[in-house]
Amino acid sequence: MLGAREAEAPDYVRPDDLAEALRLRRQGAQIIAGGTDFYPVRVGRPLRAPQTTILDLTALAPLRGMAPDGAFHRIGALTTWTEISESALPAQFHCLQAAAREVGGRQIQNRATIGGNLCNASPAADGVPALLALGAEVELLSEAGARRLKLAEFILGPRKTALHDDEILAAILVPRPQGEAISAFYKLGARRYLVISIVMAAGWLDIVDGRIAAARIAIGACSPVAQRLPKLEAELRGRAVDSDLAKLAHAGQLDGLAPIDDVRASAEYRSEAALIVLKRLLAELAP
Amino acid sequence: MNELRPRSVAGAGLSLQVNGQPHLYDGDRLRRLADVLRDDLKFTGTKIGCNAGDCGACTVLIDGAQACACLVPIGQCDGAAITTVEGLAEHGRLNDLQRSFLAHGAAQCGICTPGMLMAASDLLARKATPARQEIEDALGGVLCRCTGYQKIVEAVQDVARAAARPAQQGAVGATLAKVDGPAKLTGRESYGADAIPADALFLRVIRSPHPRARFKLGDLDAFVAARPGLLRAFTAKDVPNNGYGIYPKVKDQTVLAIDEVRYRGDPVVAFLGTRAGVEAVREEDAPIRYEMLEPIFGIDAAKAGAPVHADKPGNMLADGGVTHGDAEAALAAAAHVVDVTYETSFVEHAYIEPEAGWAERKGDALELHVSTQNPFQHRDDVAQILGLPKESVRLIATACGGGFGGKLDLNVHPLLGLAAWLTGKKVAYVYTRPESMAASTKRHPARVRVKAGCDAQGRLAGFWSHAELDTGAYASWGPTVANRVPVHAPGPYVVRHAQTRGTAYFTNCPPSGAFRGFGVPQSAIASEAAMDELADRLDMDWLEFRRLNVLRRGDATITGQVLGDSVGIVASIDAVAPSWRAWNAEADAFNAGSARLKHGVGIGCSWYGIGNTSLSNPSEMQIGISAEGRITLYCGAVDIGQGSNTILVQIAAEALGVPAGDIALVVGDTALTLDAGKTSASRQTFVSGKACELAALDLKAKLAALGGRAKLRDLPPDNRGDALSGFGRFDPPTTPLDANGQGDPYACYGFATQVALVEVDLDLGTVKVLKIAAAHDVGRAINPQQVEGQIQGGTAQGIGLALMEEYLPGRTENLHDYLIPTIGDMPEMTCFIVEDPTVHGPYGAKGVGEPALISTAPAIFGGIQRAAGVRVTKVPVLPHRLRAAIRAKEGAR
Ligand SMILES: Cc1cc2nc3c(=O)[nH]c(=O)nc-3n(C[C@H](O)[C@H](O)[C@H](O)COP(=O)(O)OP(=O)(O)OC[C@H]3O[C@@H](n4cnc5c(N)ncnc54)[C@H](O)[C@@H]3O)c2cc1C
Ligand code: FES
Ligand code: FES
Repeated sequence: MLGAREAEAPDYVRPDDLAEALRLRRQGAQIIAGGTDFYPVRVGRPLRAPQTTILDLTALAPLRGMAPDGAFHRIGALTTWTEISESALPAQFHCLQAAAREVGGRQIQNRATIGGNLCNASPAADGVPALLALGAEVELLSEAGARRLKLAEFILGPRKTALHDDEILAAILVPRPQGEAISAFYKLGARRYLVISIVMAAGWLDIVDGRIAAARIAIGACSPVAQRLPKLEAELRGRAVDSDLAKLAHAGQLDGLAPIDDVRASAEYRSEAALIVLKRLLAELAP
Repeated sequence: MNELRPRSVAGAGLSLQVNGQPHLYDGDRLRRLADVLRDDLKFTGTKIGCNAGDCGACTVLIDGAQACACLVPIGQCDGAAITTVEGLAEHGRLNDLQRSFLAHGAAQCGICTPGMLMAASDLLARKATPARQEIEDALGGVLCRCTGYQKIVEAVQDVARAAARPAQQGAVGATLAKVDGPAKLTGRESYGADAIPADALFLRVIRSPHPRARFKLGDLDAFVAARPGLLRAFTAKDVPNNGYGIYPKVKDQTVLAIDEVRYRGDPVVAFLGTRAGVEAVREEDAPIRYEMLEPIFGIDAAKAGAPVHADKPGNMLADGGVTHGDAEAALAAAAHVVDVTYETSFVEHAYIEPEAGWAERKGDALELHVSTQNPFQHRDDVAQILGLPKESVRLIATACGGGFGGKLDLNVHPLLGLAAWLTGKKVAYVYTRPESMAASTKRHPARVRVKAGCDAQGRLAGFWSHAELDTGAYASWGPTVANRVPVHAPGPYVVRHAQTRGTAYFTNCPPSGAFRGFGVPQSAIASEAAMDELADRLDMDWLEFRRLNVLRRGDATITGQVLGDSVGIVASIDAVAPSWRAWNAEADAFNAGSARLKHGVGIGCSWYGIGNTSLSNPSEMQIGISAEGRITLYCGAVDIGQGSNTILVQIAAEALGVPAGDIALVVGDTALTLDAGKTSASRQTFVSGKACELAALDLKAKLAALGGRAKLRDLPPDNRGDALSGFGRFDPPTTPLDANGQGDPYACYGFATQVALVEVDLDLGTVKVLKIAAAHDVGRAINPQQVEGQIQGGTAQGIGLALMEEYLPGRTENLHDYLIPTIGDMPEMTCFIVEDPTVHGPYGAKGVGEPALISTAPAIFGGIQRAAGVRVTKVPVLPHRLRAAIRAKEGAR
């Protein structure tokens, strides 16, 4: 009986039971969530290879919702960008909410999930710099159990993640700040809506007694994976939050980036724009 | 021919509600909601423009929230309530939002309209009176290529009021709501892909992935036999006359390539099968072996390189020009001379409706239903390709979801005809978005050099120009563009000594064809920049310099044509002059207080000959009246969104003295209408409008002779059921151009001036167009709202041309890498309609479709120069290009 079912794998399953989902995953099912990255790469093509099962995660209640969870804030992988932008979240999530409003248009934001954005691992994914700035971790589930990775350890390259074939990204975990954290997001694109970023940046400052206790700044679309800027972060630490912050940014902090020429912009332009974007980001954080 | 059986998990199907009605679904749950709505439930109001989330045409509401139906698996709709555009009208009555769209003229071609309506419905349910910014945020995911978005925003803002306002009636000069508006607003309108019969087979074409290669075909029979979803393959061998083209003597394009492919997108093999069957064919599996050849890219390579077509050494397709007086001597003697060169890029039409249609063989006749701008020529071409008499082919134009020149060329037609003819099956063919972008024609990239000189008082003395055009792999409309450009090259100015030239070269790029303006927009960029520079040499105001030099009644053009009437260019300059002055003052004030954001104002003047260049381009119209008094306009002119259906009805109504609502329309059916020529060259209002007026007058005279309508009952009905019919024909009076390009190439010209206020971010090189004032001389505005709609939509395309659009074969074959303006990229726009009537047109009317676009880019580039102090001579002015120019200037300081 079991054997028979395994031989004739179903085309598409949308379980509401996590255990069932993990079992299908072990059997090689491929995942769909909001579908906004899934369908565009299949224009005019078959939707699935023969003999593959598509596992639709969207009925899995445990993967939904946002709530404090111990020292973290837990964001279910299925949370949509609209849910993120329209929820009342602590101030440190400002960068993520701003990024959410920049993802595609409203009809994309209504369906696209934050988990999909990470798993798709596009160098231009707007969620990634924001979540790097927030110091996010990801929770991966399989039948073998759960594991946690820092986001920077999860996204390995363009379209490449540390997700195992039998795993599901269940949630994103954002640590609570020490003090009052603030954050901002800045996106540069060649038109107003529905635009893939030329450069985008997110910044997060944890402020204790008027000084920056910790800083995380990340830039996207200028390297295969969005990058943190440790040199700048170090220079920010201990400073007062005032309009001088923007002056701290300089090209030397960007040496980890490796921008390329593409249809959207030249590499040279990207390097230069990255610095400008960074300054504007800091100016927004400390006007 | 077995379909793969869906193997959904055990258990019953899913249930969903669509527009309040419950439905059960038991098929493949991964299918796109859009496909289920369209193919299974026949809610074809939900449009597919890309299947990739990029255009928003498929936007529906899922439990009240807008979503792209092309990105949602039907499996996620279990228990959901879906609303499509068909669900908006209540008891057959347009809802408030739809009525507001109708009243504001917010739909042109209408292909984006369902998506716009659904996105707006989502917003209005959340917020009854949204602010402009909220409207933009809510509608930002739906692209419109026709309207420039302005009227859409107004319609959403005005829902409460517009709904209460009575619809306007009326003939010429009135803002009559679009006669086809209700169909477009309810989803009833049927476009190329909307009425494909359920039993139709589908075509799939394998196109060259290489710009230039020789190829050999492998065993196609075996390939087909191994795939149960396929019926057969077609190759060049199956095509009776495998060559087509626009001109009687240039038939250089193949339906399916013979041995060699000349651009990425050239069709090689076609497969016919079930839809799933053809979709399952992977390009890389098709038995085609390519042997790569060195491709020719760009004009310089074309001049020096191997011929793209063996019979065209030097790769020159067309070369033409105008010689008027002695430009060389005049420039040598001029007080000031400037020398300007601009280079533009391939631009994609990006109509939201991809090419689509279907065909059926009926005995010895062939019937095609396609989206087209050019029904009669396309019928003739299909007949010629298949070796059939014209009379055996009937082409019925479907509604057209945007054309802009791109649907003047054959696309799906010949293969549809071939496959239907040879197999006797119903055959459909719908381009995917990447296929549409790879295969279709483009705007010619142009390298335009201009030398212009004036005397010490600022009067233009001499003008020299050469536009070199990349015409791509096949002739398409290259000769037309190469001819039109030199005639228009100096712009709407008095120039006593001019030498202008246009040359088109073959390359291994997509065929450049017709695109709104036929090359004039590219050439105006360079010539208008030259005007700015000359004015600067004299320290003269840009507007005053132009006003001094523009054509006035009685002046001669560079082809020696004396303009006897309808020269509204001075009036158009005067209309925008207050904006020019006020914005310049505003910009100065702004710049004084801003270091890195700068404002600047630019101006562009343009002219455009209405109709074909020195070629006969007649239109014939018929208006019939039945014994019962039913009036029908038989109109071979297709409405591609620009509104000819409405305009022509208004003209007929005016001439007949009946309400517009009394006139029924039959459009673009080669069996029932006469040839009205192509919907191009801004000619339908002018040429077909006149023919329509004449047909109406003819009918009126015949009715009078008959002695009244009561007598109609005594007459036998004709083949269309009419008792009496009037006929009108108009061919605009032109003369041929002589060897020096002298003559009267057009019966009249449209004129325009636009002023743009732009903001430049000096650090990022980004440009935002803040305001545009546009004044257009249209002779007579038959329908002022539609004129405004053309101006706004043309301006949006001008903004795209200026700032973002650059088609790169293989790299921007979709609507997220190829960017066109969204609702958030449009400036605040003010339109001024100038009416300087022409004796030739209907009630004085000329055309506006193409003139709408020409002035925009020059005005923006002038504004950028004023703001940033630099000119970027490679178009589009992308942020990295502008930033490089600013960097160079700042470095030089
Ligand atoms: C028109 C358009 C505009 C867009 N604009 C932007 C933009 O501006 N910025 C931006 O960042 N993105 C943009 N996107 C991309 C996209 O919307 C996001 O990446 C989205 O968040 C992906 O989520 P999804 O749920 O739709 O993913 P899906 O398409 O369902 O899945 C994407 C991939 O992730 C995998 N996956 C999804 N969820 C999980 C999970 N929980 N566990 C394991 N694997 C999973 C899937 O297998 C698949 O490979 C745009 C997309 C479109 C169509
Ligand atoms: S068809 Fe769905 S967004 Fe274009
Ligand atoms: S009316 Fe919007 S695309 Fe034509």
